[in-house]
Amino acid sequence: MSDATKAQGGLLGWVDARFPLTRMWNEHIGEYYAPKNFNLWYYFGSLALFVLVNQLLTGIWLTMNYNPSADGAFASVEYIMRDVEWGWLIRYMHSTGASAFFVVVYLHMFRALLYGSYQKPRELIWVFGMIIYVLLMAEAFMGYLLPWGQMSYWGAQVIISLFGAIPGIGEELALWIRGDYNISGVTLNRFFALHVVALPLALVGLVVFHILALHEVGSNNPDGVDIKKNKDSSGKPKDGIPFHPYYTVKDTFGLGVFLIFFSAVVFFAPEMGGYFLEPPNFEPANPLQTPEHIAPVWYFTAFYSVLRAIPDKFGGVLAMGLAIFLLFLLPWIDRGKVRSIRYRGLGHKIALGLFAVAFVCLSYLGLQAPSDVYFGLTVTLWAQIWTAVYFGFFIFLFTYTAFGFEKPKPVPERVTD
Amino acid sequence: MSQDGANKSRRRFLTGAVTAAGGVGVAYTAVPFLAYWNPSATTRAAGAPVEVDTSTLKPGQKMDISWRGQPVWVIRRSESAIERLAEVEDRLSDPASAVASQQPAYAQNAHRSIDPEFLVLIPICTHLGCIPSYMPQPGSLDADWQGGFFCPCHGSKFDMAGRVYAGVPAPTNLQVPPHRIADNGVLVVGEDQEAA
Repeated sequence: MSDATKAQGGLLGWVDARFPLTRMWNEHIGEYYAPKNFNLWYYFGSLALFVLVNQLLTGIWLTMNYNPSADGAFASVEYIMRDVEWGWLIRYMHSTGASAFFVVVYLHMFRALLYGSYQKPRELIWVFGMIIYVLLMAEAFMGYLLPWGQMSYWGAQVIISLFGAIPGIGEELALWIRGDYNISGVTLNRFFALHVVALPLALVGLVVFHILALHEVGSNNPDGVDIKKNKDSSGKPKDGIPFHPYYTVKDTFGLGVFLIFFSAVVFFAPEMGGYFLEPPNFEPANPLQTPEHIAPVWYFTAFYSVLRAIPDKFGGVLAMGLAIFLLFLLPWIDRGKVRSIRYRGLGHKIALGLFAVAFVCLSYLGLQAPSDVYFGLTVTLWAQIWTAVYFGFFIFLFTYTAFGFEKPKPVPERVTD
Repeated sequence: MSQDGANKSRRRFLTGAVTAAGGVGVAYTAVPFLAYWNPSATTRAAGAPVEVDTSTLKPGQKMDISWRGQPVWVIRRSESAIERLAEVEDRLSDPASAVASQQPAYAQNAHRSIDPEFLVLIPICTHLGCIPSYMPQPGSLDADWQGGFFCPCHGSKFDMAGRVYAGVPAPTNLQVPPHRIADNGVLVVGEDQEAA
């Protein structure tokens, strides 16, 4: 806090003497110097924060009329859709928000891969982010059970059965998660508790950690150069601009553009052709009959493909778990000293490109029936190829960077425009 | 932020325009969130009129029904109970039922009902919402008691027409819901007498 603000009177001065309001504002917004060269990729963090708020608000509102019981859940969702004033809008904002969350989070994560934002000293930001991502998957999965439709039921059945694949304790573990011999109202109740209370609390806390860790070390940028190395006489980074008003205004603009797309989906295609809300979920859960075609929601299908690619129950679960876990280790797998893709070796550029293509292809393949054929190869075989590419990326990255194969370009001293 | 060489009026205009446009957006977005709390279509449907057969009710008996999820009492008053209504008038705070919100116009009379015998009442104390006890027997509460309703929460007293006594916490008479007597003698609660 500068002396000027300390001397300030009035209400703000009164509060500041008792609570670090101005100090916190300056530290995180008013005098947080972010690199001046943020590009389009840097919108997705603030958008993720916005979607989180959307999910919390609409979620709280949905809870007001939702009935977490096997007998009442499906009917209460229909009740919200038909009888509650604006209930359809609140629900579509929540269901579309779930998909939008993953869209912006995936883009946000890819930004980190592009510009090496996970590298030293930002390892912990990345790890917090990965925990947020995993909790988000749990949150989405548990939320998907709540409408108690056919897809809710059988999706949960399949996912919980994954735990059953763990040798020795698997069956007991799955039983413990379900609290019943089959998915039932007991499972629904505990998933509801976790979905509306436990996980949101954890998520909000982790988002705070994520941002605190970011502000401790400072933001990376598309050039991957450290702006703190070049400061002016007053100690401000020469290539930095205060977050407010520069990036608050930029993010507000980004939010406006995002809301155009978001509203278009909410109002004109809330089911998104069966990708955001799957057709079987418009039938109440029936424990005696599985829908003919069952696939997870699109944001899980990449990992679902990895699972199906391995022709062994436990092996598939292990590979799926590893596909997520390896991302946690990325800061230590990548031994490169250069952050931004702009100055990294050609090998890494190609590998990262292939990794992104693999993720998209696996996501697509996970939505298809395993026996479908593309270019003469079955979906299963394609999934095996792209799974190899996915894991190959990590092996390549370590080999390429740890043994000095990478020939990066010189990194500029200052950010470029 | 540096103000050097800035076109301040342009800056003020843009800030104002964005704030105004955003404010309108937030206000519009708030509408669904607020309207969501209104009674739903189901709740409104549950507020439909209720038909009650009162032919089995004997003098002095009370019948509990539910309209809009609220309790409604239908009481058949005995002849003596109707006569006693006039006796307590000087002890009431609104004997003529002057507060219009507490009964439909056709019940704004000495017995507060269409048929003097049948009292239709929402037994929710006008003080803080408790349900009073039905005590029709004279002398059952105290020596002066002429029959009526006594609220156990804060001691408000009402006569056999639901009119509030003076000097108790409840401010007004108990509410008489809209009701009518259909051609076949069935009592319809929730529909006004004039309505078809």
